Amino acid sequence: MSNKNSIKIDVNELNLWYGEHHALHNITVPLYENKITALIGPSGCGKSTFLRCLNRMNDLISSVKIDGSVVIDKKNIYDKDVDEVSVRKRVGMVFQQPNPFPKSIYDNVSYAPLKHGQVKKGKDCNELVERSLVDAGLWDEVKDKLNEPGTSLSGGQQQRLCIARTIAVKPEIILMDEPTSALDPISTEKIEALMLELKKKYSIITVTHNMQQAARVADYTAFFHLGKLIEYDETEVIFVNPSNKKTEDYITGRFG
Amino acid sequence: MIKRNNKSKENNPFYDPTLKSRHRSSKRFKKFTLTSLIFSIAFLVFFLYDIISKGTPAFEQAYVSVPVTYNEKTIKNTRKAIDRKYLRVVSRAWLREIPRQVKEDPSLMGKTVNKWALADDQVDQYLKGHYYKLKRKDRALIDDMKAHGAVELKFNTIFFTNGDSKIPEFAGLNSAIIGSIFTLIITMLFAFPIGVMTAIYLEEFADDNKFTQTIEVNINNLAAIPSILFGLLGLAIFINLFGLPRSSPLVGGLTLALMTLPIIIVSSRAALRAVPDSIRQAGYGLGLTKIEVTRDHVLPLAFPGILTGSIIGLAQAMGETAPLIIIGMIAFIPDAPSTVTQAATVMPAQLFTWAGMPERMYIEKTAAGIMVLLTVLISLNALAIYLRKKFEVKW
Repeated sequence: MSNKNSIKIDVNELNLWYGEHHALHNITVPLYENKITALIGPSGCGKSTFLRCLNRMNDLISSVKIDGSVVIDKKNIYDKDVDEVSVRKRVGMVFQQPNPFPKSIYDNVSYAPLKHGQVKKGKDCNELVERSLVDAGLWDEVKDKLNEPGTSLSGGQQQRLCIARTIAVKPEIILMDEPTSALDPISTEKIEALMLELKKKYSIITVTHNMQQAARVADYTAFFHLGKLIEYDETEVIFVNPSNKKTEDYITGRFG
Repeated sequence: MIKRNNKSKENNPFYDPTLKSRHRSSKRFKKFTLTSLIFSIAFLVFFLYDIISKGTPAFEQAYVSVPVTYNEKTIKNTRKAIDRKYLRVVSRAWLREIPRQVKEDPSLMGKTVNKWALADDQVDQYLKGHYYKLKRKDRALIDDMKAHGAVELKFNTIFFTNGDSKIPEFAGLNSAIIGSIFTLIITMLFAFPIGVMTAIYLEEFADDNKFTQTIEVNINNLAAIPSILFGLLGLAIFINLFGLPRSSPLVGGLTLALMTLPIIIVSSRAALRAVPDSIRQAGYGLGLTKIEVTRDHVLPLAFPGILTGSIIGLAQAMGETAPLIIIGMIAFIPDAPSTVTQAATVMPAQLFTWAGMPERMYIEKTAAGIMVLLTVLISLNALAIYLRKKFEVKW
């Protein structure tokens, strides 16, 4: 592992319980700035749960208990004086199913920045909407129909709208929970190209079931199995020369 | 349909000897279900036919043209205003109105004018071919007047402008309609916000624990409680404990609000639950707070469902009689209330009162009242469907 990358998220001894069920065991992993980190592993291995720990989305489930630290910018986001709402503003999230709000394309992008007071209604807001949609590679397709509902777009466009909505609040980190698993190959290709573009500005953590996708886009890959982090290294190392037998079995398709 | 022929087993590899009887029982089952449908349609048609045929005559009212004398003496004793032979065919209630007519039009004073006077209920029933009690002399008089065009069936405006009356031809639905409107406004004013807020709390904020589960079970049970119990509750709380005026739309509305609350809560919760969780996740993922997510993204999606449930609850409250009888909204109310604390009655309670009256004319008034009530209820339900369609977000 090279050391020239700076650590964006430092996860230390993270444990998570759903009620009695111990879902994540002692996860310790540094996640790097301006890189794409892919989380892979069989279904139910805890990779999505882990992802949701990074922006405290698991707080929404009352039975969840979390122990350990997730340090972003020298501050543990699970400290008592940290408001989870402001964590989620800085750590954006894109979901598996495209989930635009039942509002216009414009409102989808502008709603959160307006609420956070990042822009005022008017010219600033229009510029922000345009810039976010341009960055998400959607502007040319929707510039003439910003007032149409977001749900009128195709699945791939909706997902890019969700990405535009996420980057409009200017996060530093973007979490993606299987962002392409509900999309067709062409839309998937567009999203992947977009991810490579976005990593220049943001640190991206993505969960994927698609091994080729991890190999194509990720700089680092973490392999999870049964709530444990089995192996974490540069993607090339994981795919070409994994040090753990389980990792090798999984990426060669012997289980999962 | 393809004709089945399972009889020959030769050259038929699909032959199954059990199929014949299985298909037959299937057909029998279809017949049973169809018969039930026909039964219910027949009941509905019979009910509508009965109500409409009994009720439509009430929208017409007999009037007789008689010479009326206006002077000091007849204003004091209105029975002297018309010829004695007309006394049995003109409504007593109409004669009582004579001083008011003079007040409205002082030029009538000292004149004798031909006026279209409201006919007595027996005359009205006789003209409509119903059961009547008229002496032969009066009947001959009416027949004679009819031949001269001095008797007419006109549209019954009294039915909509007057309140209740012990004189059947003078009784109308007006005070009951106003009472119903006041009562339902109070009901919605209390039940809608409280119900929707409760549903939002239970669905969006509360954890799923023993406490909320108990509340949920109890709310579902409340929706099925006999409505008369709500009347007793209203009597005990609003009248006896809080000392609010008896028979008033305020108390009636609050009582019906108690009854409507569970319906609104249950339907609002269902509407909120139907909103996909991904919308909430998307909101929280952007760093939005609970109120921003709930108010701006969840509620707009749930709104059509909440609205539909509320209107159906409103319609149910509108047709409710039992709890209102308990709190005294069955009183004789000739004048429409002007505030929510005055004594009032509501449409179904008014119909209940009329249905118990001995005079035949009240039968058709009751049926006509049912027609009005049904029209309002169907309109409310149509409104619910329209609003749901209009606000429904395409998903």
